Amino acid sequence: MSPLVSIAGLSVAFSGVPVLRGVDLALGKGEALGLVGESGSGKSVTWLAALGLLPRHAKVSGSVRLDGREILGAPAAELDQVRGGRVAMIFQDPASALNPVLTIRKQLCEALALHRDLQGNAVKAEARRLLDLVGIPDAGRRLEAYPHEFSGGQVQRIMIAMALAGNPDLLIADEPTTALDATIQAQILELLSTVRREMGMAMVLISHDLGVVAENCDRVAVMYAGRIVEQAPSNQLFADPVHPYAQGLIGALPPLDGPRRRLTAIPGTVPDPAMMPDGCAFAPRCTLASESCGHTAPSLAPIADGRTVACIRAEASRRALLGIAAE
Amino acid sequence: MSPPLVEVSEISRSYSMRSGMFGRSTAVHAVDGVSLTIPKGETLGLVGESGSGKSTTGRIVLGLEPPDSGEVKFDGKPMAALGTAAWRAQRARMQMIFQDPLGALDRRLPVAAQIREPLDIHGLGTPDAREERVRELLRAVELTPAHGARYPGALSGGQRQRIVLARALATKPDFLVCDEPVSALDVSIQAQVVNLLCDLQAQLSLTLLFISHDLRVVRQISNVVAVMYLGRIVEIGSADDLFARPEHPYAQALVSASPAPGRRSAGRIVLAGDPPNPAARPQGCAFHPRCPHAVARCAREVPALAAVGGNRQVACHLVTGAETRDAA
Repeated sequence: MSPLVSIAGLSVAFSGVPVLRGVDLALGKGEALGLVGESGSGKSVTWLAALGLLPRHAKVSGSVRLDGREILGAPAAELDQVRGGRVAMIFQDPASALNPVLTIRKQLCEALALHRDLQGNAVKAEARRLLDLVGIPDAGRRLEAYPHEFSGGQVQRIMIAMALAGNPDLLIADEPTTALDATIQAQILELLSTVRREMGMAMVLISHDLGVVAENCDRVAVMYAGRIVEQAPSNQLFADPVHPYAQGLIGALPPLDGPRRRLTAIPGTVPDPAMMPDGCAFAPRCTLASESCGHTAPSLAPIADGRTVACIRAEASRRALLGIAAE
Repeated sequence: MSPPLVEVSEISRSYSMRSGMFGRSTAVHAVDGVSLTIPKGETLGLVGESGSGKSTTGRIVLGLEPPDSGEVKFDGKPMAALGTAAWRAQRARMQMIFQDPLGALDRRLPVAAQIREPLDIHGLGTPDAREERVRELLRAVELTPAHGARYPGALSGGQRQRIVLARALATKPDFLVCDEPVSALDVSIQAQVVNLLCDLQAQLSLTLLFISHDLRVVRQISNVVAVMYLGRIVEIGSADDLFARPEHPYAQALVSASPAPGRRSAGRIVLAGDPPNPAARPQGCAFHPRCPHAVARCAREVPALAAVGGNRQVACHLVTGAETRDAA
């Protein structure tokens, strides 16, 4: 099956400082992919760059294909069909994504008019259907309300409705629940998974919360300092992480049940993008680093079916395995 | 069990809020009859959603805000009146850490000077001894004197929170109120600070009131956990036990809403409705409009916190009033 989106060698630099250093990622139709990593790891920039949403001074290179068509550097007219149409995006802070002086109806209808061939009353009917779909009670009346009349969770529901206006094939949800309370987060995540199932939509869930990603995605990619360091089906990643950084992230998460253990904190901090170490970017913080880690950056290599890791230790053990198999 | 360092009995605090510029002012009960005791050297975790009154409780316990009614006792003595010398002496023994370290630090002063400030204010030690104490504090939070010479802007988020922690420890307090101290930090840095806090607590036998919405972090650090909803404690019990078997329907939903790697969302309790508005507190049990098990009585009577065996206390008619359930 050809992937819906395939990203190859995507790099971004802001005024000469590389923040994304060669990201390769593919996403199938209807698949839910999680993207985790700490702040500054390039999770959001990957998708902002792919959709041409970065400011002009950002230097973007590489390739982003949507259904086989290159969209990186595509003309604005073509991108306008992609953004909001085939690919929709929702953000962490829904309140600032809505216009406070326009009613919800105006804003929803604007999205519908841009991306759907609807006329007159059909637009309003569709706007109402969308609000219903995302679980806003009394949708007909609430269309005339302004953003401030809704709670944080409801505003995020409205953002989801607007994202669905163009019938997208892919929804990119960038920290959609980070600003919400725990019980509201559970509601929004459930809504996202229902909508995805019903519309057969693919989803990229960007989050710093490993638990959120583990529960809602089929596959997870872990990013560190502008690169993907490990990619695996989510159950496998959390049961058996291979990359030391992925291991560190999971070890740093306090357990909610069972005996308490001392957290395995990753020492040090994320490197400054302007002073990226040679070789593997994680090596200075890695407890397992050897001298060779400082020479060349390891590339993402397959270690098992559907699993790739960028770590020379993993590569070495894989070669050993292959060697045994060859004999 | 060691004697309590902090005893909070039946504190309440309400604010008046005006709806619109000319609207009538209504009372918002931020905290409503909260009682807590924290034994020396132990940690009490306070969890709940925004607007549940966690932070207000912390501020009252610390004497930053007077309660409308109720009393806070520190080391057996009631809190001294705000601004008096006795209050200042008491305040040196209790400190607070906030969520946003950058907001808590002065950007135009080197951080070492800021760690020193409480020593100057409370007049502790000679100037030389103060310098030595600053170096000692920097070491305690695993930073070097070189870090001390920097400005807050030149430090990472985790390092800034360490500086805030060092400053809070400067006066050798017995009691620390931590309000969401690690919420703004990345997971790996969060673990560093949580570990550091646990170590320091053990070394200095600190007593902590740890406020957070993150159940995992609270469980990691607390002996006893209290769950708050709309200004009241709905459940309180030992950390391991409460998270393993929450009794109150709200606590159950909160625990089940906490995502865990390796567990799919099947069986999760998803509460209907919005987070509650403290200005429009429902009659009876404040949780009943969202509660999946609510019965008629819940809308009428406010359930009181009652013991249900062990050291667990729950405020729920369905849990504590077993006889009513049988009768129904």
